[in-house]
Amino acid sequence: MTDKELLKVENLHKKFGDLHVLKGVTEHITQGEVVSVIGPSGGGKSTFLRCLNLLEIPDEGKIYFEGVDITDKKVDINVHRQKMGMVFQHFNVFPNMTVGQNITMAPVLLGKKSQKEADEMAAELLNRVGLLEKINEYPKRLSGGQKQRLAIVRALAMEPDVMLFDEPTSALDPEMVGEVLAVIKELVKTGMTTVIVTHEMGFAREVSDRVFFMDGGIIAEKGTPEEIFGNPQNPRTKEFLGKVLY
Amino acid sequence: MIENIAKVWTQYWNLFLTGLGYTLLLSLITVLAGCVIGFFLALMRMSKWKVGNVKPLSAVVGMFVEIVRGTPLLLQLYFFYFLLPDLVYFWEPSKFTCITIALCLNSAAYVSEIIRAGIQAVDRGQTEAARCLGLNSKQAMIHVVLPQAVKNILPALCNEFVTMIKETSLASTFFVGELMTQYKTISGALYLTIEPLIIVGIIYFVVTFSLSKCVLAMERRMSAGD
Repeated sequence: MTDKELLKVENLHKKFGDLHVLKGVTEHITQGEVVSVIGPSGGGKSTFLRCLNLLEIPDEGKIYFEGVDITDKKVDINVHRQKMGMVFQHFNVFPNMTVGQNITMAPVLLGKKSQKEADEMAAELLNRVGLLEKINEYPKRLSGGQKQRLAIVRALAMEPDVMLFDEPTSALDPEMVGEVLAVIKELVKTGMTTVIVTHEMGFAREVSDRVFFMDGGIIAEKGTPEEIFGNPQNPRTKEFLGKVLY
Repeated sequence: MIENIAKVWTQYWNLFLTGLGYTLLLSLITVLAGCVIGFFLALMRMSKWKVGNVKPLSAVVGMFVEIVRGTPLLLQLYFFYFLLPDLVYFWEPSKFTCITIALCLNSAAYVSEIIRAGIQAVDRGQTEAARCLGLNSKQAMIHVVLPQAVKNILPALCNEFVTMIKETSLASTFFVGELMTQYKTISGALYLTIEPLIIVGIIYFVVTFSLSKCVLAMERRMSAGD
C-alpha cells in the first residue's frame, strides 16, 4: 500500500429535507486500500458512498478525488466519474442491451475504446467472472448473482481507479452471495482501491484494510478489522456487532 | 332498412371513403405533430431549470396541459377556429388548418403526459448506473433511458391515435370533410338519418377495433422480447 491519497473527504454534510443524514464526515482513502463501511440502517453508509461520486450532492464539505475538488461546480464530474466504478444493490444492468453491450456501451460512447477493442475486453472480463457464454444473452436471462457479476465488470470496463460497492449482495438470494463476493475478492487482490458498504461482516473482516463503523451520520469508529471486530471501543459499535454477529 | 343501407352505400361509397381518408389524415397529422411537440413539452415539463423557487418551463407546460385536459375539445376547436384568422394580419388560414392546429395542440398535451410517464417509469437506477459510467445526462437519456421508455410509450401512443380517430368527428362541426361531415352531407341529401349513420359507425368501428387489436399484439410482442 502506498500512501498516496486517492479520495479525501472534508466535513461532509448531507440533508434530505429535515433529515440530517451526514453530519460532518472527514476521512481519506489511500491508493490500493480496501475499506468496508458497516453500521445500522439509516446510519448514512450508502449516502456517504453515493456522495463520493456525487450521486448525492453534499450540502456542505469538500471531496477531493486524485487531488481535484470534485464538489467545485466548475469541475466536469462526468470525466471523474469515469474513474470511479460503482456497483449497486439492485444491479441496475441495462435490460435493453445484451450482456456484451452492457459492458462496451460506455467505453465506446465516451471514446475510450474502439468497438473492436471494447468487444475483446468485454470477452476477457466476462471470462474472468465466468459469464463468457452469456455474452449475447439479455440480462433477463441471468440470475441475480450473474447480473451483479455483470454489473461489476461493466464498471471495470471503464478502467476505474476506485470501485464503490453499495451493498452489492443485499438483494441476492443467499446461495448467490458467495459467487459475487468471490469476484470482489479477486478484484481486491489485484490492488484495486475499494470502498464497500456491506452487511457481510465475515467478508468485511477478511478483505478490508480498514473498517468504518457509521452511525448517526458520522464515522463513529474506525480501525483495522481486528480492532473493530476483535476489540470495539465505542459502545454503539459493540451493540451493533453484538446484534449482527451471533 | 338493410336494403336502404345497401342503397346508400352503393350510391355514396366514394364519399364515405373520402371521409375516411380525411379522418385518417387528420388523426395521423395530429398524432405525429402531437408526438413532436409533445416530446419537447415533456422535456420542458421535466426540466429542472429553476428561477428562485419556481421552474418556469415546467410550470408553463403544466398549466397548458391542465387547461387542455380541463376544457372540452369542441371548445378548443371553436377557440382556434375563431382566433387564428384574427391573429395574424396577412395570413388567412383555411378551416382545415385551424382545426388541425387545434387538434395538434390538444394531442400534444396528452402525448406529452404519455411521454413523461413513460420516461419516469424507467427505474432511476438506470440513470444512476449510466451516470456512474461517466455518461452526461443527455447521453444517459438518449442511450439508456429513452430506448427503455419507448417500450412504455409506444402502445399508449397508438391508443392515442385510436382515440384521435374518434375525436376528429368533432371537426365535423366545421364541415372539414372527415367522416361525420360526409354523414351530414349524405343524410341531408337523402333525408335519411339512421342508415348512413350505421355505415359511418361501422367504418369507425372496423378501423379503431382492428387498430386496437394491432396495439395489443404489439404490446404482447414487446413484453415477450428482451
